[in-house]
Amino acid sequence: MKNGARRTWRLRLYVAGQTPKSITALANLKRLCDSHLAGRYRIEVVDLLDKPHLARRDDIVVIPTLVRQLPPPIRKIIGDLSNVERVLVGLDVVPHNDEE
Amino acid sequence: MTATVRRRKPVPTKRAGNGSRPARRPLAKAPTGIPGLDEITNGGLPRGRPTLVCGGAGCGKTLLAMEFLVRGALDYDEPGVFMSFEETTDDLVENAQSLGFDLRRLSARRRLLLDHVQLEREKHMESGEYDLEGLFIRLGHAIETIHAKRVVLDTIEVLFSGLSDKFVVRAELARLFRWLKMQRVTAIVTGEREGERLTRHGLEEFVSDCVILLDQRVMEQSATRRLRILKYRGSGHGGNEMPFLIDDHGLSVLPITSLGLAHQASTAHLPTGVAGLDAMFGKKGFFRGNSVLVSGTAGTGKSSLAAHFAEAACRRGERCLYFAFEESSSQIMRNMRSVGIDFEPWTRRDLLRVHAQRPTALGLEAHLVAMHRLIDDWKPRVVVVDPVTSMIAVGSEIEVKAMLARLIDFMKLRQITALFTSLTEGGAAAERTDLGVSSLMDVWMLLGNPEANGERNRTIQIIKARGMAHSNQVREFVMTDHGITLVEISRRADGSVAIGSARDAQESGPSDDPKPSRRRKFE
Repeated sequence: MKNGARRTWRLRLYVAGQTPKSITALANLKRLCDSHLAGRYRIEVVDLLDKPHLARRDDIVVIPTLVRQLPPPIRKIIGDLSNVERVLVGLDVVPHNDEE
Repeated sequence: MTATVRRRKPVPTKRAGNGSRPARRPLAKAPTGIPGLDEITNGGLPRGRPTLVCGGAGCGKTLLAMEFLVRGALDYDEPGVFMSFEETTDDLVENAQSLGFDLRRLSARRRLLLDHVQLEREKHMESGEYDLEGLFIRLGHAIETIHAKRVVLDTIEVLFSGLSDKFVVRAELARLFRWLKMQRVTAIVTGEREGERLTRHGLEEFVSDCVILLDQRVMEQSATRRLRILKYRGSGHGGNEMPFLIDDHGLSVLPITSLGLAHQASTAHLPTGVAGLDAMFGKKGFFRGNSVLVSGTAGTGKSSLAAHFAEAACRRGERCLYFAFEESSSQIMRNMRSVGIDFEPWTRRDLLRVHAQRPTALGLEAHLVAMHRLIDDWKPRVVVVDPVTSMIAVGSEIEVKAMLARLIDFMKLRQITALFTSLTEGGAAAERTDLGVSSLMDVWMLLGNPEANGERNRTIQIIKARGMAHSNQVREFVMTDHGITLVEISRRADGSVAIGSARDAQESGPSDDPKPSRRRKFE
């Protein structure tokens, strides 16, 4: 088993209120993590309406934006994450089947 | 036809905010604080609305926008947000330093907020639908944080290259411009010019109030920057191209007609410095604040006449600034001594300053600004530009004429009397000034040295003198070691004026001349 594969993935999803795109994005993300990172991921949802200062600090302009905090390096994926293939490539997640 | 037009008028336009604006109310403006720009826009940019500033790479968009914020923060109590989509905040700080602006200090005092947005396509991946709500929140929060009244987005077109969904970007930009108006911030949005298009992605569609175009051209080795107001809804504005400069004082736009011919015309007289010449102007000389052109071919005595005029000013205790474009200051002093004019005591008493500079040392606009500064700093009453024609080495005829018009306006406003010498190329018609500038001048004197009967004699005539009675005679003058002296008129029997040896013959021969000449000064 590869070193670090057991480590917890920390993912942060930036949204702005409960918009359809935000809800879709979170649902897509959960589904994807459950099937490929089961038991070793943590999702934090940041609502910029509550914490507007984070937009500048974390350099966010597009909503929704998903940021892979861990493992490094930081990666960004924008959109409602409806294209699963691209999310996997973007997050650099090794698909579940290959790992077993 | 007319009926339909009339009926259509009261229908509110699509654009938000415009329909409710009473037509007669003068447009509120936010001064930029940039010298010249507020004059040509009659007070600044449309307050509470976005203005598009576009131009090619390196044309000065970012600096103009930055100065708008800095002046706003410093001079008008209007803090500003600079959202940069290209340059990092460190780069912005460094570039602004060259204009003398301390952005770090302004940021620390919360008068300015710099924000760098990174949206390179290789730094993120796209999956599914998105919008730019994050940008709105980010900008809104920045505006709130420092109570900003001004906003710059430089250049927002980066969004088009950073994001693949052009439809979303366009829709969001349209929303952003509406949102900016609702925030009541005065905004500058910059756009990159491409070919014939004002901006690469058609930002001008979103900005309906004010569009400013910047341009930088290299002509005959010197770069000139130009600014033009393409559009300014509801406001008068100069439609001409205005040269502008960026130097360690920031931007300055040089409006051609900012004065609008509103200067006061003086009735006070000013001696020419040549006794006999004053008599040709009804004994009194020029009016104060006049622009005087002295033209002639090489070696006709233009500089000497200018020197007389300068010296006369010093004798009255008035400051004279002498711009020399062809000779060094020591060379001028030496040459003038040979005709009996000594500048040295006047320079020692600081009544005379000779500013010698090669015309090609600077671009045309840089010359103009340098001259403006020197005049504003030292406040002379009399200015000599010798010769103004050497400026042709720097710019085209039209440009030089435009520059001269600005310089004349500038001096008239300050009641400065100015004398310009102009070199006429040999072979050209004597009355043709090389710059075609005579129309700008109040007084035009023509010097000549016509050859006849194996000798050259010096002549002077007044072609025009606005608002003054003046002699219509071609007068002969001589250059002695006491300077220029006009020679008495000698008439032939037929009433024509005799000059040179013809006059000698006239005077020594059996003469029926009623007024015999007194003495010859020069052989």
